[in-house]
Amino acid sequence: MLHIPALRFGKAYTSVGHTTLLHHATGEPVAEVSQVNVGMIVRDVHRMDDTVLESLTVREILSMAKKAADLFMTGRLPCGNETQSFDDYIRQISATTGMPVSYCRSNADKIRRVLADMDVIIAGLTRGFDLDIIDKGYGTHEGRSLSFFREGRVFGAVLPSNSPGVHGLWLPAIALKAPIVLKPGREEPWTPLRIIESLVAAGLPREAFGFYPTDHAGAGELLRSTNRSMLFGGSATTDPWKHDPRVEIHGPGYSKIILGDDLADDWSRHLDLIATSIAANGGRSCINASAVWTPRHGQAIAEALAKRFADVEALPVDDPNASVAAFANRAMAESMSAVIDNDLRVNGATDITEQLRGSSRLVQHGRIAYLLPTAVWCEDREHPLVNREFLFPFASVVECPTADMADAIGPSLVVSAITNDAALRRSLMASTNIDRLNVGAIPTWQLSWDQPHEGNLFEHLYRQRAFQTESAA
Amino acid sequence: MTVAEQTSSSLAQRVAAAKKRLDEHTREIVQWHFDPKTGCPFWLDYASKLSWDPRREVNCYDDLGKFEPFEDEWLRGGPVRQWVPKGLADRPVFVFETGGSTGVPKARINIDDFRIDYELFSESLSDECFPKGTDWLMLGPSGPRRLRLAVEHLCQHRGGICFTVDMDPRWVVKLIKSGRMDLMYEYRDHVVNQGLTLLRAHENIQCLFTTPKLLEALCDRVSLKRMGIKGVFCGGTQLTAQFHRFAREELLEGAIDFVPTYGNTLMGLACHKPFDPVDNYSIIYHAPSPRAMMEVVDPDNTDQLAEYGALGRTRLTTLTKEFFLPRFLERDEGVRCPPCDRWPWDGIADVRPFSGFAKPIVEGVY
Repeated sequence: MLHIPALRFGKAYTSVGHTTLLHHATGEPVAEVSQVNVGMIVRDVHRMDDTVLESLTVREILSMAKKAADLFMTGRLPCGNETQSFDDYIRQISATTGMPVSYCRSNADKIRRVLADMDVIIAGLTRGFDLDIIDKGYGTHEGRSLSFFREGRVFGAVLPSNSPGVHGLWLPAIALKAPIVLKPGREEPWTPLRIIESLVAAGLPREAFGFYPTDHAGAGELLRSTNRSMLFGGSATTDPWKHDPRVEIHGPGYSKIILGDDLADDWSRHLDLIATSIAANGGRSCINASAVWTPRHGQAIAEALAKRFADVEALPVDDPNASVAAFANRAMAESMSAVIDNDLRVNGATDITEQLRGSSRLVQHGRIAYLLPTAVWCEDREHPLVNREFLFPFASVVECPTADMADAIGPSLVVSAITNDAALRRSLMASTNIDRLNVGAIPTWQLSWDQPHEGNLFEHLYRQRAFQTESAA
Repeated sequence: MTVAEQTSSSLAQRVAAAKKRLDEHTREIVQWHFDPKTGCPFWLDYASKLSWDPRREVNCYDDLGKFEPFEDEWLRGGPVRQWVPKGLADRPVFVFETGGSTGVPKARINIDDFRIDYELFSESLSDECFPKGTDWLMLGPSGPRRLRLAVEHLCQHRGGICFTVDMDPRWVVKLIKSGRMDLMYEYRDHVVNQGLTLLRAHENIQCLFTTPKLLEALCDRVSLKRMGIKGVFCGGTQLTAQFHRFAREELLEGAIDFVPTYGNTLMGLACHKPFDPVDNYSIIYHAPSPRAMMEVVDPDNTDQLAEYGALGRTRLTTLTKEFFLPRFLERDEGVRCPPCDRWPWDGIADVRPFSGFAKPIVEGVY
């Protein structure tokens, strides 16, 4: 059987213990994954050569990343004790995560884009200063001296299994010369491993990469032992770390669509945009909208969304029309559905999709389950379902005066505000609740890669210092 | 008769002999604990409420099945003197407590048992790796725990002097439960720093007892090989096969003997099957029969032993003149293993916290 080892300083290590990844639908074993003990991660992080990428210039790394983009999409690359084509990769990721094949492909393309356009991303993070400044440690930009040093000596990332596209977020750390230590999500070792192998095949030194499949305790030690890291997960996972400045959190998004007073009557013109913001990528990303806030027509919007969502069917992952992911862990889907049902018992909310569909959002097929897209109309913005986020297309629709919105929406990773109302725009611009703000008819999932996402990775890894050098006479 | 058949026959004979010894020992111990002249108040009172007489009806180890499983609640709280056998009433008594990660700790009285158990265990240590006359560092839990005194006795029994540090595992559990991990690590480093100071100051320390986490933390700072350590005796919390390999190959650099143990205040100390690459780093423990037995039972029918190779819940029985504990269902599980040459009775591999509890217990990560 395919065995995926850990990578210690880039070298394969097969541990005594392993987990077995199963095909989400058939239950057949797909691969074994070596599980490392906690102490090994700490020992390796402390022994990693944190200067391993310093012998390369940023530009050299960017050029290797470009080459890696092609290799990621077309190469036959090492994958444990076998090799893996791109199609193998897509098949494997879909098999163990239950994500539709078409979404796996579109997510893979996001990774390609990050690798190929990493120069644009780095320019966005560094605001375009001359990258020689990173190589040399100092230099001049627009006539001013600039100097930075790298605080993130070894960069760690605790990764999720929900959507392969998120791996684009940690990738720029490589170009910023930080060696990487990754803990893959349990069902999704595929993408980080393929990225590493692509980068190595493109010329980056193997020693710059650690890949440590491990348990919850191992994830905690990885975050503790690296001096800068990134953590993905739900609030139960991320809350203990939210005050630790070494850890950049990528938790629930609570992303939203907002309609202004001026355009709320035109809501039907924006229905496509609202629906795709909720349901693209199977609703599995933090940049999917989980709520629609509008000053009026809330019930009509919810009904129109529900009408669209009611036709969505639970289809096998290889069906080209599949648009929702399967849950390999049926209990997880059951529990999410039960949470929604429980909250619906609080007066003032209606699952309109379920009414139109005439059947439950929870669909069980053999050992797997699906959750079908759901639009809930909430009469009161204090209702518990107003600010919920789930791992499937789910959104609440609620009415709120635009003057109150900026404060009332609560923390929101992405807000797409469909309005030309200057006062609403001003209040949203000033709001500390919003991480990414789109003004206009822009879907929540549409990212501009030259701008930071949930924190600036360059600022996370580097610190500016005052620097003077005596000029040569 | 082939060599294999001879070996198998000789193992079968040893298994039968060990069983006979266990049956005789069981009869002797039950007679002692239920005799009004020698037994302890707890068991005499218990017997007075039974419809049967243990002294008449327990004639072999399997007859202990007539007892209901021992309940650990009986050991929580006083009066502790109810456990002192009348036959040993004139002896000085220690009281040792379990970790205390769940409420009032279980307490067990001790007179000589800890010394006897560790003297027996000493026979399993190699003189090359735990040289007699060399000193030890006990870097593990202190306070009301048996381990602290037992390791010191083991060291003294082998002619050494034992250095110790203070370490309170209950405080560690509290810090973990309340999410104060920074403090937990600070405390761990405080313990490790004390250990390093002792190791650097006393050249004759060549043997070490410590827990898996402390061993990792220690080896992250220094090479124990370069510090002159020859043998490490490790226990206190779960030891996985992967940790076992990591410890042997990396932490101890393939140069220091690694002796994993499983023990607790209630049972005593199990020995592990000598390292054999065939076992793929599984740690297989055998209880110190006939003084204690460790069995693997079906979690859904705890009267039934699990099949060999199957996972089940650990059931302990302790049979000494100081303490009688029949059929106690531990909070651990493991895989039932067959007798081996050195210990011709059942063993248990891959011991870990019992997965059948609703909520995971915070183990003492010390």
